[in-house]
Amino acid sequence: MARHPLNHSTLRLGEKLAGIRWLLVLAICLVAGTGIGMLYSAAGGNMEPWAIRQLARFVAALGILLLVAISDIRVWLRWAYVIYAMALVLLVIVDFAGAIGMGAQRWIDLGVINLQPSEVMKIALVLALARYFHGMASEDVGRPWRLIVPLMMVVVPVALVLKQPDLGTAVMLLLGGGALFFAAGVRLWMFAVVLVAGVGAMPVAWEFLHDYQRRRVLTFLDPETDPLGSGYHILQSKIALGSGGLFGKGYMQGTQSGLNFLPEKQTDFIFTMLAEEFGLVGSLGILGLYVVILGYCFAIALSAKSQFGRLLAIGITTTFFLYVFINMAMVMGLIPVVGVPLPLVSYGGTATVSLMLGFGLVMCVYVHRDVMISRHATGEER
Amino acid sequence: MGRDLDRQKRFTRRALILAGGKGLLLTALAGRLYYLQVLESERYLTLAEDNRINLRLLPPPRGRILDRHGRPLAHNRQDYRVVVVAEQARDVDGTLTALGTLLPLSDGDRKRVMREITRQRRFVPVTVRENLGWEDVARIEVNSLDLPGISVEEGQSREYPYGELLSHVLGYVAAVSESEVGDDPLLSLPGFRIGKAGIERAYEKPLRGKGGSSQVEVNAVGRVIRELDRKEGQPGADLTLGLDLDLQRFAYERLGDESGAVVVLDVNTGEVLALASKPGFDPVAFNRGLTTTEWKALITEPKAPLTNKAIAGQYAPGSTFKPVVALAALERGVMTAGSTVSCPGAYRLGNAVFHCWRRGGHGAVNLREALTQSCDCYFYEAARRVGVDRIAAMGERLGLGVTLGVDLPHERPGLLPTRDWKTARTGTAWSMGETVIAGIGQGYVLSTPLQLAVMAARIANGGRGVVPHLVRDVGEPDPAGRPPAPDLGITRAHLKLVQEGLDMVVNSGRGTANRAAIRVPGLEMAGKTGTSQVRRISKSERQSGVIKNENLPWERRDHALFIGYAPVEKPRFACAVVVEHGGAGSKAAAPVARDVLLAVQKLDAMRVADRRPAAGPGVGSPAGRHDREV
Repeated sequence: MARHPLNHSTLRLGEKLAGIRWLLVLAICLVAGTGIGMLYSAAGGNMEPWAIRQLARFVAALGILLLVAISDIRVWLRWAYVIYAMALVLLVIVDFAGAIGMGAQRWIDLGVINLQPSEVMKIALVLALARYFHGMASEDVGRPWRLIVPLMMVVVPVALVLKQPDLGTAVMLLLGGGALFFAAGVRLWMFAVVLVAGVGAMPVAWEFLHDYQRRRVLTFLDPETDPLGSGYHILQSKIALGSGGLFGKGYMQGTQSGLNFLPEKQTDFIFTMLAEEFGLVGSLGILGLYVVILGYCFAIALSAKSQFGRLLAIGITTTFFLYVFINMAMVMGLIPVVGVPLPLVSYGGTATVSLMLGFGLVMCVYVHRDVMISRHATGEER
Repeated sequence: MGRDLDRQKRFTRRALILAGGKGLLLTALAGRLYYLQVLESERYLTLAEDNRINLRLLPPPRGRILDRHGRPLAHNRQDYRVVVVAEQARDVDGTLTALGTLLPLSDGDRKRVMREITRQRRFVPVTVRENLGWEDVARIEVNSLDLPGISVEEGQSREYPYGELLSHVLGYVAAVSESEVGDDPLLSLPGFRIGKAGIERAYEKPLRGKGGSSQVEVNAVGRVIRELDRKEGQPGADLTLGLDLDLQRFAYERLGDESGAVVVLDVNTGEVLALASKPGFDPVAFNRGLTTTEWKALITEPKAPLTNKAIAGQYAPGSTFKPVVALAALERGVMTAGSTVSCPGAYRLGNAVFHCWRRGGHGAVNLREALTQSCDCYFYEAARRVGVDRIAAMGERLGLGVTLGVDLPHERPGLLPTRDWKTARTGTAWSMGETVIAGIGQGYVLSTPLQLAVMAARIANGGRGVVPHLVRDVGEPDPAGRPPAPDLGITRAHLKLVQEGLDMVVNSGRGTANRAAIRVPGLEMAGKTGTSQVRRISKSERQSGVIKNENLPWERRDHALFIGYAPVEKPRFACAVVVEHGGAGSKAAAPVARDVLLAVQKLDAMRVADRRPAAGPGVGSPAGRHDREV
């Protein structure tokens, strides 16, 4: 078909390196560089405490990306369930023994870094679902009972992260998983059934929400009623965005962030700071970079010959998209504040590493785009 | 293979749908950004500006009030207060205990501080003690290392070093009441004080000055990060009074325990040299706030310490009104220098009998003699001849019956009755008897000590309508000075005649105030006594003998009055004295006027002598010492 014969099993290193989309790597580096710049500004013009660490993590993560990109995609297929199971165990551990931070248990203190299993799960779920649907016959996709297992794969971690409680990750897992179901070809009426069931379950779910989560949902509906209470974040964020105007206030000149009006400006609200300092030009610029990355990944997903590769690429693309959209929509006051970082820009180790690992997988898909993988096998070719 | 192609096709289709959905959502984000950052940008920019910059008002220092020689009568004292910032103190309780070894701290103080700390944010300073002196501050500063979170803040409080001596002139400052909060944002400042009485109130605007402002950058919790811009306000202007502190003190103390007022004016300029009202009050008490019992005691006290009797005490002028009647009669031509009236001790008008103060009568008296001996009959007749309306007109020209516009609040107009006034007031016609009674300054006639002093000044200065005023300069001296006082159009000869009469009152052996004469050549005074009844003497009492004042309860005794000026030749100072329920003017008021008029002349001489050698400005204390020896 293309450059490689159908039964080509191994690629040489040179071929692999040639398969890496360096422009995509450049775009990723540009976004991450912007993020480090913003962290420098958030600290009032200091590398400490955020920028320097984020830089170190990114460099390490970039190495991981390249390693993953040139790794054999079948290894990932083979280990997909194991990785998913490990992520699940980590989630359970964090639920019962995690360190307490931000009012929610989300970290596991590994000494060197605080591991955030929910970030790992976002990639692990994609891997597991991609493998499951890869191994499914085309006609089986239409059979509802065949969907019970992947449904459980989504529901179990969603329940675990909700318990943490981490509404943002739960939503991302749900939507990311749903997108994979959709891409895998699950019938539309099944989505309708799930949707109706979901709406019906909403009052029940409301009961399970924590007070602060309910407050966040309620204040999202009318943030300006309580400008110093729960609506504070949204209002201040909108002020920062709006006051940035067309060209912004200038690098490190952001008053909202510089004066601590912005909450968690180095993590979830870093986009507001960027938008305040660089205006519409800057915020559309970073949005444009994200679109470039998304477009690249999407093209990779379409180019892959194996169902695993396609689903893996589209799954990671969708996860990345959800990061971007939920974070931006959140700080712009379009959706409730749910605590999702801006990918590659927000300060945070686990998210950066797992995202870079994800991009590594996407690139790995591209490198192995012409490799056909057996439906049943775990690596052996047909 | 075909199945796989099928799967790939479906994947591509669905992936495109997904991508389309994502594209739409991202477009929505871009649209939202455009809305926030372009369309709504203006609004959010304003909000951000509000967030960032906090405008703080800086109260200007209040202007001082100085006497004519530049001695401060009201000034601001730097005072200090100790505050604690909980955030910096960490162990507030321990810090307060440590502070307690340096400053006496009551349990109440500590409880209040702890309570406020729990209410405020951690970085808001909470006042521990106020009104601290420099020594306390020094002690705290020396030990500051052991007192984390404790700091000393500066403030200003108004000081009146002479207390009640000047309480009615200066007034006082106190916290702004709700009804007074107007346009000036300064008035809304917590702890800001404005003039509530006296000069503090009359000159509130110039004394207050203009507030400065400080733009500070604050963070989301309101903590000041740094000062962006500072506009210094305009400090309040210093006021220089015409008042002489030494004379004021002399006059005030000379009144002793009496209730009354002394006013001394410069006859040529109308400058108030002294304006004493007894008893005074403690102005500082108003600054800190009065308790209910204190306030009740002040307003129920019969000697009315809160009333400035010099400008708001209204008394029947009695015989001090006689110069007015004389001038009105002379102007009308119903009396001349030579015309005489026979005084048999009583005056008949129809069926009514009006008594002269001297039961045996004065015999035939002319104008000068009538003034000298204060013959009532002469003035009954003069009043009858000239009519009450002309008396009122002359009185008004001399400064009675109207507010004079002195620069103090609450000046009262007194009263000069006219026919129309009575008809309008009571609906009944004026009777001749009332004219007769008005001829000796009784009946409806009322005047304030200030008005009486102005009358004396206008007679003394040859009929020029000087206006009394306390403040000479607001801020820098005005080189142009005041315009000369207008001529009142009173015939010189008539004035001279009255002046001669007033001279004889004091300096003739027959004069009612002869015992109070100034016997220093060149400093002699002229004047007129007055004794105004506050009760009616019945016929039976007159027959059995008028009860002596000493035998009456205080509040029913006569008011003693005296108006005068000095020196007789080329007068410079006019004076009015009212001693409430003091008895006879000749005994209670005239000696006070004598001493005050002597004091003012001697003080003036001292100043001139001080200024002549190049010894520099006299500080005033020698002059003050000298006065008290008089």
